[in-house]
Amino acid sequence: MSTPAAVTRPAAAQTYPIDILLTASRPRRRTGALAASATFGRRAMLKIKHDPKQLVDSIAIPILFTVLFTYLFGGAISGSPGNYLEFLLPGTLSMSIAIVTMYGGARLAQDVTTGAFDRFRSLPIWRGAFVLGGLLSDAARYLFASAIVVVLGLIMGYRPDGGAPGVLAAVALIVAFGLSLSLLWAAVALLMPDPAVVISIANVVLMPLSFASNIFVQPQTMPGWLQAFVEVNPLSHVATAARGLMNNAGGTGGSVAWSLIATAAITAVCAALALHLYSKRG
Amino acid sequence: MDKSYAMSKNSMDGDEPAIEAHGLVKVYGEKRALDGIDLTVRRGQVFGFLGPNGAGKTTTIRILATLTRPDGGTARVLGHDVISERDAIRARVAVTGQFAAMDEDLTGYENLIILGRLHGLSRASGKQRADDLLAAFDLTDAAGRPVGGYSGGMRRRLDIAASLVVTPDLLFLDEPTTGLDPRSRSQVWELVRRIAAAGTTVLLTTQYLEEADQLAEQIAVIDHGRVVAEGTSAQLKSRVGSGTLHVRLLDGEQRPQAQHILAGALKGTVHLAADPLALSMLLAAPADATDVGRLVGHAMTRLAEARVGVAEVILGQPSLDEAFLALTGYTAGPATTDHEDVNA
Repeated sequence: MSTPAAVTRPAAAQTYPIDILLTASRPRRRTGALAASATFGRRAMLKIKHDPKQLVDSIAIPILFTVLFTYLFGGAISGSPGNYLEFLLPGTLSMSIAIVTMYGGARLAQDVTTGAFDRFRSLPIWRGAFVLGGLLSDAARYLFASAIVVVLGLIMGYRPDGGAPGVLAAVALIVAFGLSLSLLWAAVALLMPDPAVVISIANVVLMPLSFASNIFVQPQTMPGWLQAFVEVNPLSHVATAARGLMNNAGGTGGSVAWSLIATAAITAVCAALALHLYSKRG
Repeated sequence: MDKSYAMSKNSMDGDEPAIEAHGLVKVYGEKRALDGIDLTVRRGQVFGFLGPNGAGKTTTIRILATLTRPDGGTARVLGHDVISERDAIRARVAVTGQFAAMDEDLTGYENLIILGRLHGLSRASGKQRADDLLAAFDLTDAAGRPVGGYSGGMRRRLDIAASLVVTPDLLFLDEPTTGLDPRSRSQVWELVRRIAAAGTTVLLTTQYLEEADQLAEQIAVIDHGRVVAEGTSAQLKSRVGSGTLHVRLLDGEQRPQAQHILAGALKGTVHLAADPLALSMLLAAPADATDVGRLVGHAMTRLAEARVGVAEVILGQPSLDEAFLALTGYTAGPATTDHEDVNA
């Protein structure tokens, strides 16, 4: 080293006791995929803890949709909101979770632009851990949002015939479908890491899924082309399946199967895409 | 391009270099961010990568740290290929970015804990390591506060601490002091010296000649995605000159006389400024800093002896701009021709 270094070295420089730290040895084993994912999940939960307003979307949307649509349409369609709840609540539950998924995508898009993301990418961990960890915390959010809808429904007078098992099965199905959508937004966010872009694209996809569906009305009164869309719309099938499970109505095995197939298909495609984009990013 | 400085690389032993890159190319759209970078960094060395914004410094680091794939060329880091053996490299290098790569919402402690877990530390040793690092980097008091509230210097220290959660064999520091106040800057410099002294190879990018001078044993100057010069600090300075001398006279009539005296005393070309009282010259670099003062003092004495009245003398460090002008040959400075032999 050249001499000026010694000359300008600050006299009052703290003695950093880092020398001993630098001799520490490296862990022998690589972090497992699940441990890494769980750590990213924990990171997301810590972020919520420090910034609880992140939960606003998971709280406001379920309340808004459930209350608003019940009283807006309930009287007009079924004569009273009470009767309508049985039909509507499984649908608003499905729709609320579907809408809430896009905010997770926006958060991921935000995350991807930070230096922290670069640091994570420079670690020797499974490349899917970052996104999977995000999904773990998303799952917690969706369960939380589902609980809000169900409790609101109970308060408003909804009595599911399927009981707790039916409700839990419906919530599980809806959350699984929601997580497949989360993977879709994750892929979008990795491709275009801009929260506003992710929200716009998610809206373009989710609005037709939500409204051109059987969530609010049965499709019999719709024109043929719209009925055709409603019938292939996976959110319709999720809502139908949730109705069947929650109300113990039976005859919805087809929709349950359809929902699971759609969930699996979206998950497979988007997971592969997200993994590819994660590696390629930068 | 100009690689006239034959380094004494690989001369010490048969060890594989920490970094060996050949012809790295990266293209973003129309722009060739890297246009054939060759680089060899010895193990244990502090290597400086000097260049202006947009020269390709960060892109090079991203490729070497396996964050970005090159479009052309090859690179081996710690003996592993940057494309096919990424995980082997990732296990042994750390990157500290230009912008503090920390989660703003999380506390300093939580940031380190999470990185420790991702590195495979056990829960207990991760906590221990976080506590030790926070203490060592003088951040214990701030450990429980979200990083968003940290000062620039604190963030940078935490960022470097985060790179040491597991001691890396090779540390990439991308502009570690950009935007820091002088005190924080000297703290970071001290840290870099300690890390290097403990055996970690450091590749440091900087826009500041002084920083490269302070820290790096070997410096590559990069511009438009190419290495335009390489050598030790002393070798580069000898090409750049040690600085610029500006003299303002009391009487413009004496300027030709002053020009003659300065040219003779300092052995260089004296430029006549637009100001009729002013002269300037790029100084060739002598072996060490004290000689500049002696030479300039001597020249001032000669002016005084000739009764040339001097109103103002300014001796400036060579700026990166001047270094650049000299090294890239965009202007014909006297230093580029005079002192090829110094410190060779």
